Amino acid sequence: MQPFTTHTGIAVPLLKDDINTDQVAPVQAMRALKPDYKALLFMRARQRDDGSEDPEFVLNQPQFRNPGILVTGNNFGAGSSREAAVWGMLANNIRVIVARSFADIYRENCLQNGLLPVTLAPADAAAFEQRVIAANGSAPFTVDLETQTIRGPGGPDLTFDIAASDRTRLLEGLDDIGLTLKHTDEIKAWEQRMAAAQPWLQTATDSRTNRG
Amino acid sequence: MPKTLFDKIWDAHLVARRMDGRDLIYIDRHVLHELHAPHAFEQLQKQGRKVPRPDLTFSMQDHTVSTTPGRTDESNPSGAAFLRAMREGSARNGIRVFDLGDPEQGISHVVAPEVGMVLPGATHAVPDSHASTVGGLGALAFGCGTTELAHILATQVIAMKRPKSMRIRLDGALGAHVTAKDVALLIIARLGMAGGRGHVVEYAGSAVRAMAMEGRMTLCNLNIEMGGRSGFVAPDDGTFAWIAGRPFAPKGAQWDQALAHWRTLRSDDDAIFDTEHVIDCDGLEPQITWGTDPSHVVGISGRVPDPASDPKRRATLEGALAYMGLTPGTPLAGLPIDRVFIGSCTNARLPDLEAAAAVVRGRHIAAGVKALVVPGSSTVKRAAEAKGLDKVFRDAGFAWGESGCSMCAGGNGDKGEPGERIVSTTNRNFENRQGPKTRTHLASPATAAASAIAGRIADVRSL
Ligand code: SF4
Repeated sequence: MQPFTTHTGIAVPLLKDDINTDQVAPVQAMRALKPDYKALLFMRARQRDDGSEDPEFVLNQPQFRNPGILVTGNNFGAGSSREAAVWGMLANNIRVIVARSFADIYRENCLQNGLLPVTLAPADAAAFEQRVIAANGSAPFTVDLETQTIRGPGGPDLTFDIAASDRTRLLEGLDDIGLTLKHTDEIKAWEQRMAAAQPWLQTATDSRTNRG
Repeated sequence: MPKTLFDKIWDAHLVARRMDGRDLIYIDRHVLHELHAPHAFEQLQKQGRKVPRPDLTFSMQDHTVSTTPGRTDESNPSGAAFLRAMREGSARNGIRVFDLGDPEQGISHVVAPEVGMVLPGATHAVPDSHASTVGGLGALAFGCGTTELAHILATQVIAMKRPKSMRIRLDGALGAHVTAKDVALLIIARLGMAGGRGHVVEYAGSAVRAMAMEGRMTLCNLNIEMGGRSGFVAPDDGTFAWIAGRPFAPKGAQWDQALAHWRTLRSDDDAIFDTEHVIDCDGLEPQITWGTDPSHVVGISGRVPDPASDPKRRATLEGALAYMGLTPGTPLAGLPIDRVFIGSCTNARLPDLEAAAAVVRGRHIAAGVKALVVPGSSTVKRAAEAKGLDKVFRDAGFAWGESGCSMCAGGNGDKGEPGERIVSTTNRNFENRQGPKTRTHLASPATAAASAIAGRIADVRSL
């Protein structure tokens, strides 16, 4: 996983609550095994009914064509667990999402892919949103994970909280599987204990064929 | 210290704490589906990693399969590549596939309980947000993303921070034609789309105890629609009887040993939950969604709400009304509809189809309405056909499909036409979910069936 230290980019305001992953990455855009992740991001919202581009949609506006930071409302990423809703962000170079709050699975998927999920204290969030609207894509913001700050036009630096474990994982770009495999002996020991204590959990056999 | 049932299952499965503070929780059963697993297989192959426990891992073909009789890989052209990649990746790693043509093929969350893979107190993972369906049998199930899926394949554990615990006590008793689906919709309406975030939810109370296992699964299925990390019902004698004799369930002396353990699976009387809710189900009427997220719910005798009465959410609600083509104050019952879908991991088990068939029997769907029933698994389909339900539906003008996810997310090409109003037994009424510009109203199988007959949203109790 690509480590995350700092990221500088245009902050795009999409200030709605409950944006779900069907909106971020429509299932109809995932018909191919390897879809175009760049194109599928908010694909439906980007288009009008006749298939032409909707100039009203914020990511279609000239100043937001190459965003780096998405700024959004409560419960971002609700719904389906599809990871394409994160890969679509990365394909567009969006490596930070500042939301009022995140849905659990979506936030996990961000951490798995080096995408930084930021939640500001409520007062800071409101101030930051106003600054993003005022900046209107004219100047970038910088999110620094080491110092846990956001820097940019319109006001003083803002700090944000993030669990130390999530921070380390992003900063070092830790390979999640590798981290866990350090515990292989404990996993094997657990399996042995469980095979004795609750053997039905350690076998999944089809009694008709005696096979798995 | 007194423990919740969630604590007990979590602690029993805690393998180690990782250096980043996450708990490694052993996964007893890992069930995959073809929309997401191929990416994970590819990732593992690139990294040269093996799957240590293919014997605890199972592959299901459900999201992209065609529902037409005599289907093949190509029947849904965009699904063929997924089905093949799933087959190849599973074969490479020694994982059994419940493939097209397998007598037990179906939606993962329906098949796993049905074959007895799901056991009380066991942990499950599925790369699908509705994993907690199987919580209806007292299992602790987590939905996960693709990278997490690869992680579980390679390690057999999931790395998580311990969620908080919530108990929702459902008091009272349900009236005729009022089901687990109606209760679940009510809960989402009360708690909101994020009401369960960060929590594992235990559903308790007299209304839950009275529910059949299939109803409990419907209830737990919808847990994710309020953001819950997982949801379950503590097992009871009904659970054990339901599991007994299923192909993958323990047998003989091991069954007796398991049963003795399962009887200990309950929250201690004085256990403390981080959050508690109590909801009274007495007098509850059938529920239906009016808007574009599963918390936009009213009773069947209710009216479309007025966004002006909710200043905080006004813009969202107005957007939902515009999308749905509705005006405030309109009664839900009586709205003309174009299509009905009965299916999905939420509501396509045998009792769901029986409830719908009981409404439909001897009647015909209204002129101009299109209606489709897709059983949740091939086993459900066979059982329904043995009872003649397929004929009841066909005689009434419904189409009867082969098992799969079908119109739930439209991953297999089944969908509504733009502008259509659909009553659907599925779990998400998001914009465009069932096809571009479709307008979905979520409801129970009985309500969906009654609406198909009436050609309008209908109160099944007055049909
Ligand atoms: S029926 Fe719908 S919710 Fe259930 S597994 Fe299939 S796509 Fe997901």
